[in-house]
Amino acid sequence: MKTEISVNGKAVTIEAADNTLLVTAIREHLHLTGTHVGCDTAQCGACTVMIDGNSVKSCNMLLAQAAGSSITTIEGVAAADGTMHPMQQAFKDCHGLQCGFCTPGMVMSSLDLATKHPDATELEIRDLLEGNICRCTGYQNIVKAVQQGAAHMKA
Amino acid sequence: MGSNDFSKLPYIGESILRKEDERFLTGAGEYTDDVQLNNLTHTVFVRSPHAHAAIKSINTQSALAAPGVLAIYVGEDVAHDKINGLPCGWLITNIDGTPMNEPPHPILAQGKVRYVGDHVAMVIAETLEEARNAAELVEVDYDVLPAVADVRDSMKEGAPLIHDQAAGNHCYKWAIGDKAAVDEAFKSAAHVTKIDITNNRLIPNALEPRAAIGCYSRASDEYTLYVSNQNPHVERLLLTAFVMGLPEHKVRVIAPDVGGGFGSKIYLYAEDVCVTWAAKKLNRNIKWVADRNEAFLSDAHGRDHVTHAEMALDKDGKFLAFKVNTDANLGAYLSTFSTAIPTILYATLLAGQYETPQVYVEVDAWFTNTAPVDAYRGAGRPEATYLLERIVSRAGWELGLAQDEIRKRNFIKNFPYQTPVALQYDTGDFVQLMAKSQVLADVDGFAARRAESEKKGLLRGIGYSSYIEACGLAPSNLAGALGARAGLFECGEVRVHPTGSVTVFTGSHSHGQGHETTFAQVVAARLGIPVENVDIVHGDTGRVPFGMGTYGSRSISVGGAAIMKAIDKIEAKAKKIAAHLMEASDTDIDFENGEFSVRGTDKKVPFAQIALTAYVPHNYPLDKLEPGLNETAFYDPTNFTFPSGTYICEVEINPKSGETRVDSFTAVDDFGTIINPMIVEGQVHGGIAQGIGQALMENCVYDRETGQLLTGSFMDYTMPRADDLPNFKLGYHSTPCTTNPLGTKGCGEAGAIGSPPAVINAVLDALAPLGVKDFDMPATPLRVWEAIQLARV
Repeated sequence: MKTEISVNGKAVTIEAADNTLLVTAIREHLHLTGTHVGCDTAQCGACTVMIDGNSVKSCNMLLAQAAGSSITTIEGVAAADGTMHPMQQAFKDCHGLQCGFCTPGMVMSSLDLATKHPDATELEIRDLLEGNICRCTGYQNIVKAVQQGAAHMKA
Repeated sequence: MGSNDFSKLPYIGESILRKEDERFLTGAGEYTDDVQLNNLTHTVFVRSPHAHAAIKSINTQSALAAPGVLAIYVGEDVAHDKINGLPCGWLITNIDGTPMNEPPHPILAQGKVRYVGDHVAMVIAETLEEARNAAELVEVDYDVLPAVADVRDSMKEGAPLIHDQAAGNHCYKWAIGDKAAVDEAFKSAAHVTKIDITNNRLIPNALEPRAAIGCYSRASDEYTLYVSNQNPHVERLLLTAFVMGLPEHKVRVIAPDVGGGFGSKIYLYAEDVCVTWAAKKLNRNIKWVADRNEAFLSDAHGRDHVTHAEMALDKDGKFLAFKVNTDANLGAYLSTFSTAIPTILYATLLAGQYETPQVYVEVDAWFTNTAPVDAYRGAGRPEATYLLERIVSRAGWELGLAQDEIRKRNFIKNFPYQTPVALQYDTGDFVQLMAKSQVLADVDGFAARRAESEKKGLLRGIGYSSYIEACGLAPSNLAGALGARAGLFECGEVRVHPTGSVTVFTGSHSHGQGHETTFAQVVAARLGIPVENVDIVHGDTGRVPFGMGTYGSRSISVGGAAIMKAIDKIEAKAKKIAAHLMEASDTDIDFENGEFSVRGTDKKVPFAQIALTAYVPHNYPLDKLEPGLNETAFYDPTNFTFPSGTYICEVEINPKSGETRVDSFTAVDDFGTIINPMIVEGQVHGGIAQGIGQALMENCVYDRETGQLLTGSFMDYTMPRADDLPNFKLGYHSTPCTTNPLGTKGCGEAGAIGSPPAVINAVLDALAPLGVKDFDMPATPLRVWEAIQLARV
């Protein structure tokens, strides 16, 4: 079947089997490999993308369910000239990443978090990031990054 | 250059932001599953659903007829092609001098499966979905056998036999130390503290599941293996020399961006061999990516020790002797470094930070019907630290000595110090580590905080752990004498380009550690050039001359030292070029801040001009010196490095629910020279998170009867999440390592090694008023609640 979606501001039509997961369409059909698969139970959040302004685990929905929606993946977060988004820059400034595998999903969740809860406290951020697993950082610098990123997004 | 001079150079000790981050933050990282190749096929492994079974038959007929299927390979095909089993890299010798039992480790089962997840068949199809569908059509007729998952069952007489080559399921009985001297010391002891302890089995769970792509070119008769791996050269060595019998130069192993390893990606796995072997048979590129459930089933697990230990003390609380008996679970097969973990990397650390005159450790290693067990962050050293730091706190409690006091009475104060279990510590300052940690943790304020907790109906406890680890693996000759079948040096190549920028090729591998930044700082500091002008290449046997990879906190101390040696050569040659240009003797040339100068004159030339001269040798001593500026060095360490530290943890427990929360965690470490404090801090954070994970929530559970893995997903195996952890308070007190030119000790594993006993000692301290004296990890609410109820009975 054919599904029309917008990905990172570009309209695309994907021809794929009915049971194709959104994450598979993003990775295998569009070759946007920044969105990662870290588990098979929708627990780790490495596949998180933005759909119409909400962060969603793209392993947990079908491509067909995303028909007509506007999707942003990690590849679409930086400015057109390559300048990183304040949230991306905050992750770099605060050493909020190590191996980088959870990072795209973590950044997408953080963008959602910072937009909807711009004044979240440290404890609230920890609570709101519960759906994303990082095995490297111990989360402390991720929390710092979200605080910095959120502050810069408000400014 | 000595470590003292090195540590004063610009860039050293500076928190430079990471060079690798931009690609990871913009989705441009390239992990194995992201590698785009033509002519690609996909493979899925049919895995055993039984812990122990004989394979009566495998029927692949309907699977082969399924759409898109290209081939299905089983054990017989492996045997036919004479592909060997996976080798074990470390030979352990029994107490009686005989070698350990070393049963074969086939890449596809040969008539029998030995754990849930064991590899039975390899199904290759055009698409992943076709491979998955066909795998479900492979019919395997099993004769299910009784299984053992726990060492306490595996060692029993009459237990089901897992390997014909390992009678009694026994792999080895190994010992270190002077048994007679220990027994003698116990006779004069004023007090003996005893402990029975289990070190819970863990599943590493690097966030990127393992993946491998096997490629073969008929045109050049060359293989390429892309693999999520921590040491591509060792992977190639094992794959070619031991398993497939191929010449090394015909195989290139590329470990591109790797999404975490923590030990679990050191090893050569069956899947890696299968995709490489089958790529030639099919003349197609073959990709395998583990599902998370496959990772749970088939990645090498960690820990899993059962130990009884006794500490003999005099009347003043001084340790006289320590006696340890450990049973280690090695799983169904010997993974690459499995046998060294509960021996060489465990027992040698059991002197810890203390002047215990005599230590004797006996280790029995057993096979079980579980996934292979091997190194996981810390590898043996967390098990040693957990045991020692638990028994030390317990001894203190029994004698009425505070946790800090019993440690202070026994700290080693003079270095170098020869332990009774083979290691010689070069430097350390355990007294200061404790003192600084106590200040940072505000130990003085503990009583008031405890009173506050009590007002809320909560129990508060404080726990100490003073760890030491042996890192920077390892002097090859020493490792060889202890059974290592490989060298443990490192290699570095420093290529100065004509315009003065530099590419470094290192055998270390970064899978989160930030080598591209730290190593660039080392080179930029030494050569006096901007850090932006240095790039680091790693993870490709086709580009890096050789390497032993990254594990055991060895990268900076061994890999970094190899780069330092290569720079020594660069500097020596550059001085000769500079001497020629300035018409002086090379012994009169000084090199500082990127400039070569003639001592006692104002003559100088910058590094970039030397680089250009080396490649445009018009005015050059061609009769005495080769053109070019490219040097390779191998470095073999003369000793291990010994990071150490004191960790202090405070927990709050709700006695009604058993819920345990780490309220504060303080770590003061001695890592010697620190090159990038930001990166070091990140390593410690991550290590502590894994250590708290082990102490409070993580636990790999196999059903004791059937050998089924009960914690096979993130729904069942509790990973630490952001809201499970506090912010950590970190401090440093450095005594530079004396045996490498950087003075570094390594920082990758410390957090995971030092933290579990600090947490559990805190739990025990909190529960002491209720009469709880013993506790095994993890301190889940249920277990804590049960311990409280039992103590009340």
